[in-house]
Amino acid sequence: MAEARSNALSVCNVVKVFGSGPGAVTALNDVSVNIEANEFFTLLGPSGCGKTTLLRLTAGFEQPTGGEIFLFGEEIENLPPHHRPVNTVFQHYALFPHMTVTENIGFGLKMLKWNASDIQARVSETLALVKMEAFATRKPAQMSGGQQQRIALARALAPRPKVLLLDEPLSALDLKLRQAMRQELKTLQRETGITFIFVTHDQEEALTMSDRIAVMSEGQIQQIGAPLDIYERPLNRFVADFIGDTNFITARIAAISGSKATCTAGGGLSFSTPMVGEHSKGDTVTLALRPEKIKLKAATARAKGSATIANATYLGTDTTYEIALTRDVMVTARDQNIAAGMGRFNAGDRVSLEFAAGSARMLTD
Amino acid sequence: MVVIGIFMVLPMMILVVFSFLEADPYGGVEPVFSLEAYIQILYEIDFDDTVVFNPIYLNIIARSVGLALVATFGCLILGFPVAYFITRQSPRNQNMLLYLITLPFWTNLLIRTYSWILILAKNGVVEQPLLALGIIDDSLGMMYTNGAIAIGLIYTYLPLMVLPIYASLEKLDFRLVEAAHDLYAGRLKVMREIIVPLAMPGIIAGCILVFVPSLGAFIAPDLLGGGKKLMLGSLIQLQFSSSRNWPFGSAIAVCLLALVMISLTIQARSAGKRRAMEG
Repeated sequence: MAEARSNALSVCNVVKVFGSGPGAVTALNDVSVNIEANEFFTLLGPSGCGKTTLLRLTAGFEQPTGGEIFLFGEEIENLPPHHRPVNTVFQHYALFPHMTVTENIGFGLKMLKWNASDIQARVSETLALVKMEAFATRKPAQMSGGQQQRIALARALAPRPKVLLLDEPLSALDLKLRQAMRQELKTLQRETGITFIFVTHDQEEALTMSDRIAVMSEGQIQQIGAPLDIYERPLNRFVADFIGDTNFITARIAAISGSKATCTAGGGLSFSTPMVGEHSKGDTVTLALRPEKIKLKAATARAKGSATIANATYLGTDTTYEIALTRDVMVTARDQNIAAGMGRFNAGDRVSLEFAAGSARMLTD
Repeated sequence: MVVIGIFMVLPMMILVVFSFLEADPYGGVEPVFSLEAYIQILYEIDFDDTVVFNPIYLNIIARSVGLALVATFGCLILGFPVAYFITRQSPRNQNMLLYLITLPFWTNLLIRTYSWILILAKNGVVEQPLLALGIIDDSLGMMYTNGAIAIGLIYTYLPLMVLPIYASLEKLDFRLVEAAHDLYAGRLKVMREIIVPLAMPGIIAGCILVFVPSLGAFIAPDLLGGGKKLMLGSLIQLQFSSSRNWPFGSAIAVCLLALVMISLTIQARSAGKRRAMEG
């Protein structure tokens, strides 16, 4: 497979079924993905979507029911974990409690039969990389969660794996620490040049750190793309809904010209969107429109395309407004609180809605 | 306090006091202070009152310690894999297997040890098929040997090894095993570097639980050793029954107790040190 060889990791048509008979659970259903060398790649999805299973198949803790996995062109799906040049940072760190920090970090090198002085050098180097030099002689129980996390990271990085797998490594940390670690992980990835595969259910983590994101749901990959693609150009309802807030608007295609369509919805709204899928004029489609893309303007009661604010919620940085377009079509708009005080509008105010062309997206389902 | 006083301290006090008294030839003790019982462990007092070094009892102590060590080691070799196997089963099967392990405790030890006579005896359960198949021509003579005693001890005390090791393995976070595999450790290395060190408290507890009662055991030595290979337990028992030398029996028991307490103290010290290191 020529294509597989140029990638750090190629997952080809992988299926994973747990159990058998009527109780069997399909964790991965025909998943294919190519991850490039030096990439920070994120598997994003809700719990039970199969992202951790995909990671465990890559690490070798599970065997796929079907399909192949290539690591830099080498087929690895049948190799045991200790023969794969891949290391894992575990969600709960899994540091060896009976070993010091130095012994923990040196463990992989010792198993690879490095000599003692080389191990010593690499351990010091890796400790410096995660800024934990002062903790070399501690035992895991003598450190905080954040410190243990750094040691877990150092332990996995020390053997310089071809791919580093990170299984929700930040989820057990508190918010401030989590935000600091995001930057640090990103920096580490750039400095070491190691391909990172990062599993998370936190969309913010995914958007801020990743080169590319694969959004997963129910054992399948829904969309793969850069953070901007995933957020601005979601392919389907799941992706649009899982990442950020979205208004789903049922609309009718009024006109098609080339790859663009003009759609109309209740309340006299009209949208220009790129065409997705096989639709013809008159079809009903679902559009996604982010709340922050809607610009509100004060309007008079009779103004064309105006609507009434049903509800206003103050969020600090923003205020969200629920706006009744028609009796049963509501959209949510988000307005930044630039001026001091509460939002610009109150419940009951009439507003008109404006949005840039292309800010609404047509979805495949 | 009263319960501890009556059930723990009082019998021990009586034992210690008896060991310092003179024997009544018809059993029981004469209320006269004497160190004779302790002297008797190492020396023989001839009729003309000369004191001669007598290694018989030291030999018995050495043999007892040796057999107890063999039994402890045997239990460890057999018990660890069993305990590990149990922890890898489903919770329901784990309970089932633990129940089976403890089941023999509910029947009389004497009867269970007798059944080992049937197994090991000349023309017994082991020898008959071997003889019939022509693998052996003559009896193996397994009965009444140190080996037979060791087998009896291992059989008796195996559950006391399995249970504490199971308890510590059961607490072991299996993710650590995965982490070790991930860091290039094969099965054997994982066992040596991760599982055994983390099960160490259970292994030590199991070893003490097997070693201590093995030292004082008398049923297996009597039945499987034929009473010829005396062990400490049998010796003590003899002093209170046929020999009617209660002070001597008490003195040996006190020595046994001292041995056990010394080894427990050493163990507690090293465990304390280890805990301090792990903080």
